[in-house]
Amino acid sequence: MQNVLEMSGICKSFPGVRALHNVSFSLRKGEVHALMGENGAGKSTLIKVITGVYEKDAGQILVDGKAIHFRSPQDAQNFGVGAVYQEIMLCPNLTVAENLFIGRGQHALVNWKQMKEKAAQLLRSLDIPARPTQQLSSCSLAVQQMIAIARAIDMNCRILILDEPTSSLDEEEVQKLFRLMRELKARGVGIIFVTHFLDQVYEISDRITVLRNGEFIGEYEAASLPQFELVSKMMGKALDDVSQIKKEKSASIQRGVPVYEAVGLSSTAGIKPFDFTIHKGEVNGFIGLLGSGRSEAARAIYAADKVIGGEVKVNGKKVKIREPMHAMKLGIGYLPEDRKSDGIIADLSVRENIILALQVLKGFFKPFSRKQAEVFAEEYIKSLSIKTASTSTPVKSLSGGNQQKVIIARWLLTHPEYLILDEPTRGIDVGTKVEIQKLVLKLAREGVSITFISSEIEEMLRTCSRLIVMKDREIAGELSGENMTERDIMHVIAGGGTKS
Amino acid sequence: MEPMKTMKRREAISNSNLLLLIAAVIFVLMYGIAILCYPRSFFQYQTFFDLFSLNAALIIITLGETIVMIGGGIDISIGAVTGLVTMCCAVYLESGNGSIEGSILLALGIGIAFGLMQGFLIAYLEIQPFIITLAGMFLANGLLTTIHKDPLNVTMPHFVRLRDTVIVIPWLGTMNRLGNFIPLEVKPGAIVVVVLIIVLSVFLHWSRFGRNLYAVGGNSQSALMLGINVKRTKFISFVLCGLLSGIAGFVFIMTTGAGNVGNASGFEMKAIAGSIIGGTMLTGGVGNLIGSPIGALTLLTINELIRAAGINSNFQAIASGLLLCLFIVLQSSVLWLRRTGGFKLKGT
Repeated sequence: MQNVLEMSGICKSFPGVRALHNVSFSLRKGEVHALMGENGAGKSTLIKVITGVYEKDAGQILVDGKAIHFRSPQDAQNFGVGAVYQEIMLCPNLTVAENLFIGRGQHALVNWKQMKEKAAQLLRSLDIPARPTQQLSSCSLAVQQMIAIARAIDMNCRILILDEPTSSLDEEEVQKLFRLMRELKARGVGIIFVTHFLDQVYEISDRITVLRNGEFIGEYEAASLPQFELVSKMMGKALDDVSQIKKEKSASIQRGVPVYEAVGLSSTAGIKPFDFTIHKGEVNGFIGLLGSGRSEAARAIYAADKVIGGEVKVNGKKVKIREPMHAMKLGIGYLPEDRKSDGIIADLSVRENIILALQVLKGFFKPFSRKQAEVFAEEYIKSLSIKTASTSTPVKSLSGGNQQKVIIARWLLTHPEYLILDEPTRGIDVGTKVEIQKLVLKLAREGVSITFISSEIEEMLRTCSRLIVMKDREIAGELSGENMTERDIMHVIAGGGTKS
Repeated sequence: MEPMKTMKRREAISNSNLLLLIAAVIFVLMYGIAILCYPRSFFQYQTFFDLFSLNAALIIITLGETIVMIGGGIDISIGAVTGLVTMCCAVYLESGNGSIEGSILLALGIGIAFGLMQGFLIAYLEIQPFIITLAGMFLANGLLTTIHKDPLNVTMPHFVRLRDTVIVIPWLGTMNRLGNFIPLEVKPGAIVVVVLIIVLSVFLHWSRFGRNLYAVGGNSQSALMLGINVKRTKFISFVLCGLLSGIAGFVFIMTTGAGNVGNASGFEMKAIAGSIIGGTMLTGGVGNLIGSPIGALTLLTINELIRAAGINSNFQAIASGLLLCLFIVLQSSVLWLRRTGGFKLKGT
């Protein structure tokens, strides 16, 4: 079969980091080719080299057998290379229709009427719940992601790159995306697919290329590479048996006065009044579909949205939490869902990002000495095995999973009694995911209470001893012990009511 | 279906338009107060149109500043460039072999030259716009005093005729105190302003460049990924701004008829203030070319109002400062309420 894209000997370095070293990659016409690797393996860098965002240091790129050198994403786009990036690359201040068509028009004048009609048609054909004239920033993350995908698909490209397109989509939307991918495949489009969901890789991919530490590990037929082997190729070692984690859990709960207790809590984000309790050493979770209110519930606990009602007790004492700072002082930590906008401070160093929360607690007029900060940072870089060139590296140059670890380190440093983790594993690879899950259970054994939120049911089942199922912005039911299975959760979400 | 309804309400108006609405309301409010306090002077078409006639240069500069600010940049050289243009035109017209056409070309040429130079450094060499235009401001100021130090009145007959040209609109006149009817007189500069506002607004709304500019200002990284030529867009925005400074310079001298070292000094700050009152955000991506002139007019109305009240001119600056502060607070609280949903709650 014909190769639409062929890359060989690609090298790319950033100051202090060798991102890609002698990487090869080929893409056939009409295939879905999964690009796999851990965090920092170089997947995103390779993609940005293809689309002309980064200039390669060495190597060759052939498109349809001709040597090509893209200087900018515009170049690549004009040549028929469309891309959906991991971080949503759209303009929040423009309308949905503009985001779909801007940068693609060949005319110097904008035909608004035609653009709106075309946008409406495109949105309708892909079932995206957004209106063309709506400002993008008023759409949810998932809808924005779908819009980015719609844009790429509509470009009639020869090569389509999807970098973690499914991380904020729910199951139904993922299936919709897969149907589209199959259609495009039949039309002869070559698709590069990057994801951390192994099941999705096997569901849709024809071939798999594995990268590790910026190096090419191998190219395989998906059908002949068992999942277990893929994981070990990505990690360079045999993966710990994941099921082993399960046995360790749920022994750590210490009954008595709850660490945190709320009655009738509600916030301006539209969450209906709910009751919630967590004990020392307990791991529980909010589970539900996107938009069910699972994040809003967590944000209400941390007072990240304005709380408008309810009674809260921390360690049995009645308190009123008005703002995140107050929650922090009471020993509550919150790791936000959107790490790009709410979590990391991209230009600060790893060290500064790690000590940030503790520094806030201590007060800005009593800064930590450089030496002390260095000790803190080193400690957590080691214990969480954060991959960074040094403690002074800006956080933005780390990969997604490592950025997430930096934020976790930030909270661990404050020694919280109660930690809320909202989608801590979103957009990161299996290895780090398992590490984070293990860390959660380890912390629970040490007496920290944790609320865990994730889109992956399996992950929730593995870590949590109690699940609170959310639906339509209120609690639909609670599950624990024997009743906690995937089927029961679905049952509650589908409207079957509570069991225990 | 309640959530759908609120969604529709939010969709109905974009941030740019909301800020424009606020600017318009503030202006009407200010002018209303002025009319209530001094009905004799402010309740006349002449006073209103004089705001345009006498401040044409400032409003044109504000348009240029807004364009740059929408693209996420800032230009603080425009006042100095405008001043330089007035002086160059004055010297050229007084040299004996100058012509009006020549001076227009000279004005546009100087403006574009500054725009090209600054735009190139900012867009292609990626240097901070603040620093580059600060340097540009010093350069223009220096050139201005080097060319001619003393006030220079242009006496060329052709030019004097142009300076004294007024367009008479008889059906919009007013009765004076003695009961005589005085027709409305408008300076050509006001016409230039109105034409530029219309042309540029249409241009920003309907042209590819205009939409790209909003995208670049909103998020330049995303704009790059969406396949927009970010550098060229920024470059053009600065060239346009330079061109407008040139036009403003010519309109300035056409209105006052003299070159002077102090011409248009401090206009850049007034232009930034006017843009912001008019709903342009310093962070880029949000702004409106209808709003900015309204913002500039609001600022001018305040000044007129204070002058009419006969307050010491020191207080003028203080009052403008305080009012500017008040507007910005009002703007950001409306945006904040909108973001946190308070605005929505109030509405339903």
